[in-house]
Amino acid sequence: MRAKFGTALVEAIEDRKQAIVTVECGRLGEVAQYLRDEEKFDLLSDLTAVDWPKREKRFDVVLNLYSFAKNERLRVKVRAGDGEQVPSVAGVWPTANWLEREAFDMFGIIFAGHPNLTRILLPDEWQGYPLRKDYDIIEQDTGWVRENLGIESGQ
Amino acid sequence: MKAGNEGQAITGMAGNTITGTGEKPQTLLGADELVLNMGPQHPSTHGVLRVKLKLDGERVIGSECMIGYLHRGVEKIAEHRSYQQFAPYVDRMDYVAAVSNGLGYCEAIEKLLMVEAPPRARVIRTILTELQRIASHLLWLGTHALDIGALTPLFYCFREREEILKIFEKYCGARLTTHAFRIGGLQYEAYDTLEKDVERFCKAFEPRIKDYEDLLTGNRIWLGRTKGVGILSAKDAIALGATGPVLRASGVKWDIRKAMPYAAYDQYKFEIPVGTTGDTYDRYMVRMEEMRQSRLICLQAIENIPSGPIMAKVGKVLKPPPGEVYHAIEAPKGELGYYVVSDGTVQPYRVRIRPPSFVNLQSFDYMAKGHLVADVVAIIGTLDIVLGEVDR
Repeated sequence: MRAKFGTALVEAIEDRKQAIVTVECGRLGEVAQYLRDEEKFDLLSDLTAVDWPKREKRFDVVLNLYSFAKNERLRVKVRAGDGEQVPSVAGVWPTANWLEREAFDMFGIIFAGHPNLTRILLPDEWQGYPLRKDYDIIEQDTGWVRENLGIESGQ
Repeated sequence: MKAGNEGQAITGMAGNTITGTGEKPQTLLGADELVLNMGPQHPSTHGVLRVKLKLDGERVIGSECMIGYLHRGVEKIAEHRSYQQFAPYVDRMDYVAAVSNGLGYCEAIEKLLMVEAPPRARVIRTILTELQRIASHLLWLGTHALDIGALTPLFYCFREREEILKIFEKYCGARLTTHAFRIGGLQYEAYDTLEKDVERFCKAFEPRIKDYEDLLTGNRIWLGRTKGVGILSAKDAIALGATGPVLRASGVKWDIRKAMPYAAYDQYKFEIPVGTTGDTYDRYMVRMEEMRQSRLICLQAIENIPSGPIMAKVGKVLKPPPGEVYHAIEAPKGELGYYVVSDGTVQPYRVRIRPPSFVNLQSFDYMAKGHLVADVVAIIGTLDIVLGEVDR
């Protein structure tokens, strides 16, 4: 992979017997296509994100791939800043459609080229992105109680 | 490249119907399409699934699943609990297969801690998880048959499921949200007559499966309602990420218990049933056979439960070294994955749960297209979704 993508491959490590590669955000689409067609990672098990607010590029978008032919798993990560567009892989693995919608719903990550990027679990009018680290649940609770019950929350 | 283009066609189709921004679909008689709302309070949606159906007469030309009614923010809660405190929460996701959820979570954290549960604990875990698979499939069979109009199997299935729940109750005191396992092994030693109870159940269960099959397998109404309904080809199933019985019914022989064995599955002999056409009938046959195989696994496991400790050496306070792990198990509904990130503190930095129901439900739109409204009920049933897990 390194030979093919060179600088697009930021990091390749092994943690607890799991292969993890980090690739450059802009080239994810290309890498995804290659992994599915050439390396036979035909099942996208999972697509999610992790928030690291202190980092310059705060989000890790994490793809967990599986190959039936090799019986292997591979984790692909890209780093994305707040508001930065991540190429959608829904064209490569259609299952990414809902998974990317969930990542958008929970983290506010924009997937460029997604067919229908709307909230999936939360109502459309929801404010904020719950799985971001700065989305404080106590604050949410106090806010809701103050607004709806007109008293100070006891929490 | 060829595969790539076809993959896109699926998204394109789903994308158009979901957004509804495309051109008006042409209906057969030139009449306007009808939008029908189904759920969230509908008995056949198995909880709070809401489906928006676009109809041409009685034929479905598009659908959109509206989910999230049961969203509790489990992944956010996990970031505010210690590793052990979060364990009971996972039971509330797929609440008809709590034991499997617990197994996946405990094993994921064990992998993160780099410890292994002792052999005795692993065998007992396997027995309980396989019983849970039977219980989950029984609940599916009963309700699925009920949705399609067969009333009797429900009572039979619940009768047998009750016996399994009694074993759980004897083992850990709870029937549904069991919290049966602990990180590192088991909290409770197996009770004295566990082997005997499991054996008695397994012996009695074999003729019962035949009873269900007598009622349904050759039944003309059952065949008419399930054959050729909701066909999913192997290629589409993989592209849409379907796992578990849904994938196997399409002819892909893949089971995580065999492909990447966990617990004690590498010690037992069992078959992976597969279907051929990937229709509702095949999924029914696959699940029926899976119950038989689970029964065989239980019988093999009780023959030789190793003695020894039931807990690995883990501290009272768990502080996994920084890192991350993705661990998936074969839950009754498909691949149940846990992606856990540790930052070295007592609380997980991020817990992502990859629910089989959520991903399998995505193929609903694809499967329902072109079928009648009545078949929608059969397709929801055959996907075997649990909304607690879809919405988390």
